[in-house]
Amino acid sequence: MKPYTMTVSPDFMPDYIAGWYIFNTWLQRQLGENIHLELYNDFATQREAIGRDEIDLIYANPFDAAMLVREKGFIAIAAPLDKPDEVVLSVPVDSPIKTLDDLKSGTRIARTDDPDVNLIGMMMIEAADLNADNTDVQMVDSYVLVAKALFQERADLGFFLQEAYHSLSDFVKNQLRVLLSSEIHVVKHVLLASPNFVAHQETLKACLLDMPNRDKGQGVLDSMGLSGWQEQTQEDTEFMIDLMDTLV
Amino acid sequence: MQVLVHHDGSRREVFVTDKEVPFPEGKLIVSRTNKHGVITHGNQSFVEMSGFTEDELIGHSHHILRHPDMPKAAFKDLWDTLARGEKWSGYVKNLRKDGAYYWVLATVVANVRQGEVVGYTSVRRKPSRQRIAECIEQYQQLCAQEVS
Repeated sequence: MKPYTMTVSPDFMPDYIAGWYIFNTWLQRQLGENIHLELYNDFATQREAIGRDEIDLIYANPFDAAMLVREKGFIAIAAPLDKPDEVVLSVPVDSPIKTLDDLKSGTRIARTDDPDVNLIGMMMIEAADLNADNTDVQMVDSYVLVAKALFQERADLGFFLQEAYHSLSDFVKNQLRVLLSSEIHVVKHVLLASPNFVAHQETLKACLLDMPNRDKGQGVLDSMGLSGWQEQTQEDTEFMIDLMDTLV
Repeated sequence: MQVLVHHDGSRREVFVTDKEVPFPEGKLIVSRTNKHGVITHGNQSFVEMSGFTEDELIGHSHHILRHPDMPKAAFKDLWDTLARGEKWSGYVKNLRKDGAYYWVLATVVANVRQGEVVGYTSVRRKPSRQRIAECIEQYQQLCAQEVS
């Protein structure tokens, strides 16, 4: 029988790649099912695989949750405990930009392809009358490269996932300054299961919620940079999708 | 005190001052209503900015936050847009319990579950000062027309 396929939103921290493979091995033992972990380098490639109905389990970026739930019929299983997706707007440490109102038309923005970070970041600068039409956006491959664009003064403003910003080295962070951090709280990654996985949904949910108490569970969580899972109801996810819809 | 007339003809007196409370940086004000506009949920920012307690807000019509400087036409446009199944977005001056006010850029979407509208989610973010200045003038004109 063909194994199920699990994938992870490409914005996970590189330090945790091994952790996701360890999680996959642990999960297969818990469920007694064959699961293949497929990681994609970027969101576009992952969305193509979703479009071909090749994915059964996904740790999804909240931006993609709308398409997965409302178009593909995925069901919410769990969300990482105490890990909302917050955004840091950062500037070079010596930048004359001290507040959001100092941002002017023509601001050069460095960012990755992370869709929820970009959505929230653009929403935050909208208050300074900035938008896609009056800013110069440079897309780079990683948050380290966003930081590099800032301290090499090729960009005036950088968008970071908060977790990624705080994982930068002290050397890099010392050359940057936080202009503003979001405090939205309810936007988060979510583990979703496809309709093909329906027979295992409840077992999977029970397994994740009890993960710290199960054999090797806490160690696996540590390797993924998670403290645990919390239940994510379908309505929780629908609410998050409605909220994201207001920001588009 | 000022008299506020709602779209259904009901009237109430509200206490109004000229004190503006700034929008909290980096935050979103989020609330949900049932399909009749009765508040069912609000996040911490929603409660804090309103000046009311959560108990005073939940179960109350959303027009508890209506400021008399807001033209009725803006809310008619909101409900007409939602009735067409579309998302509404606009600049709104909200009234606090203490009479002060705060400006928001509000976006409202219908909560559609199994094909049925079960309520609405309203998300407010920090508005641009330039757009507020434009709205103040526009809303004054609309209010004057509504009175005459």
